[in-house]
Amino acid sequence: MRHFQRLSELRKGDRGLIKGIAPEGHDGPGEIGHDELERRLLEMGFVEGARFHVLHEGLVGRDPIALRLDDMRVALRRREARAILIERDTTP
Amino acid sequence: MSEAVLGTRIALVGNPNSGKTALFNALTGARQKVANYPGVTVERKEGVVLTPGGRRVSVLDLPGTYSLRARSPDEAVTRDVVLGRLAGESLPEILVCVADATNLRLVLRLALELKSVGRPMVLALNMFDIAERQGIRIDLKGLSGALGVPVVTTVAVRKRGLNDLLSQVDALAAGQGATASLWHEPTAVELRQAHREAERIMRTYVKPPLRPDTWTGRLDGLLLHPVVGTAILMLILFLMFQAVFSWATPVMDLIDAGFTWLGQAVAHYMPPGLLQSFIADGLIAGVGSVVVFLPQILILFFFIILLEDFGYMARAAFLMDRLMGVAGLHGRAFIPLLSSFACAIPGIMSARVIDNKRDRLTTILVAPLTTCSARIPVYTLIIAAFIPHRTVWGFANLQGLVMFGLYAAGISSALIVAFIVRKLIWRSASEPFLIELPAYKVPDPKNVARGVLLRGQIFLKRAGTIIASMMVLIWFLSSFPAAPAGASGPAIDYSFAGMIGHFIHPLLAPIGFTWQMAVALIPGMAAREVAVGALGTVYAVSGAGGGGMLAATLAHQWPLATALSFLAWYVFAPQCMSTLAVVRRETGGWLWPVVMFSYMLALAYVAAFIVFHTAALLAA
Repeated sequence: MRHFQRLSELRKGDRGLIKGIAPEGHDGPGEIGHDELERRLLEMGFVEGARFHVLHEGLVGRDPIALRLDDMRVALRRREARAILIERDTTP
Repeated sequence: MSEAVLGTRIALVGNPNSGKTALFNALTGARQKVANYPGVTVERKEGVVLTPGGRRVSVLDLPGTYSLRARSPDEAVTRDVVLGRLAGESLPEILVCVADATNLRLVLRLALELKSVGRPMVLALNMFDIAERQGIRIDLKGLSGALGVPVVTTVAVRKRGLNDLLSQVDALAAGQGATASLWHEPTAVELRQAHREAERIMRTYVKPPLRPDTWTGRLDGLLLHPVVGTAILMLILFLMFQAVFSWATPVMDLIDAGFTWLGQAVAHYMPPGLLQSFIADGLIAGVGSVVVFLPQILILFFFIILLEDFGYMARAAFLMDRLMGVAGLHGRAFIPLLSSFACAIPGIMSARVIDNKRDRLTTILVAPLTTCSARIPVYTLIIAAFIPHRTVWGFANLQGLVMFGLYAAGISSALIVAFIVRKLIWRSASEPFLIELPAYKVPDPKNVARGVLLRGQIFLKRAGTIIASMMVLIWFLSSFPAAPAGASGPAIDYSFAGMIGHFIHPLLAPIGFTWQMAVALIPGMAAREVAVGALGTVYAVSGAGGGGMLAATLAHQWPLATALSFLAWYVFAPQCMSTLAVVRRETGGWLWPVVMFSYMLALAYVAAFIVFHTAALLAA
């Protein structure tokens, strides 16, 4: 399987394609767990093949991030964005 | 009207921000009833509408959701009603899936999920005018065929398409009934399949906008900008507080005067005695002391609903998330904490927007630490009596500075307590922050007005029930037993409240409280500002002459250290039965109110102790 970048590594202005959901270390005590996180992300439209564009970053630690996801806008923390595999457009 | 057509029940289901509530308002107009679902404090909104076919239909407005897999108490209600699992709630015969016509992707997946429930369903493409303006072309016939449900277009705020929708309801009600529900919690694999299906439908029947909305992007450039956006948020908050505190004052004075007049009228026309005291001091004064906050609550909710309808609240949560996250709170906790500045009760109730139970409990626990408006009369009285009216550092008013300090102490203690709870006690990462940023929309004045009035009604209803009964209890404690004949002290001194006050005084002596203060704290449990009146009673000064006389008496009677200690006490003390009652209702038990009471009491005691002894030391 190819090695994909994670959405959490991206910066404002980056665009690309969602390639998959792969939670990693999101199952600590009190957390919702990998399966639940995957389903929530899917329900919010983070589904393979969706296009995104990182629009804004928060003030502290550039977190959370706001993005355009296909034709809607979504905000999430980098922590959850880490569960999302992406392929970044190389041509701006 | 015959019985046969009377009972049709429909439920509105849809994503958040789909204009579902606007559609509900347009359908039912003023004929709506707001209550709570049994056992949970999720609002249940139901209304009645007459269809073109003469059918009397009751419409249920369900909380917005992206999925039937519920995450918050609100969403659980939607799931349970749709699946007929909620005790005491009969299954709706027809589902109306409400969609924002400009944002169909997620709702199409929800519609597919809803179909598996087996109820007859109609899809309402709401805000269709905006979709047309943007040049989104939707093949309604094709869409309807692909989904296997009738599709209508509506513009709730213009009341367009309502008849089409209701005609479809007529047709569905006359058609074959429900089939067995095949719904189960979709797995990730099934969600992906449904997405692919929704995506295919989207591609085939919906053409992307020719003139997409560019305003949202442009506004977000400002409003979500890390620096500019944060500054704008602060400005909005500043304006809000200005409005809450300055616009409300004249009306509040009027209400206060009205209740005082009413109390005096009763005192004048009724023979003195227990009944007179009960009505004038217990009921009228009690309810009055709560109703006086109505203007502030209306103004606060006016802003909150306006910002919500405009689409700004999700942005505020985005901007505040990291800051709140430092304290272990969720970005959405911002709204409840904001509301708590007017009154902790609406604040605690609005914590329902938080999905995660622990995040929600933490928010509820710290909400009463933010400076609610009931503390203002107490702060003003003590500040006026003890803090000199003086300019410091060349520009700041010392009294204003102390007031600001008290507010800062409130909010910072709320954040610190939240931090301790989340980081030390419930040592776990918090709920994912994952929210849709809806497109900006011009709020509809009618819907805003209806929302504000609804909040007002809910508040008054509570003032009329829980809060009034608390007030009556406090009145009882303060009035019985009556003072013996020939008693020299104020009557409250001989009452249960007086006894409790004297009893607890030794405990409060280390923080510099006089026994009169201990006595005043008991009626002060009804609502914080009642302590002002109670102090007036125990010091046997008429409260009628305004705060001036009482302030002068206090300035004479208390050392400065005591006054400062009293202020510190009021920043933290759980001096509000109504808040505790609401927490009990929201959390479904006595555990959390007891936890809240204990920790706030401990904080108040420690803070007052430190302040008293430091001030006494410095004065010596």
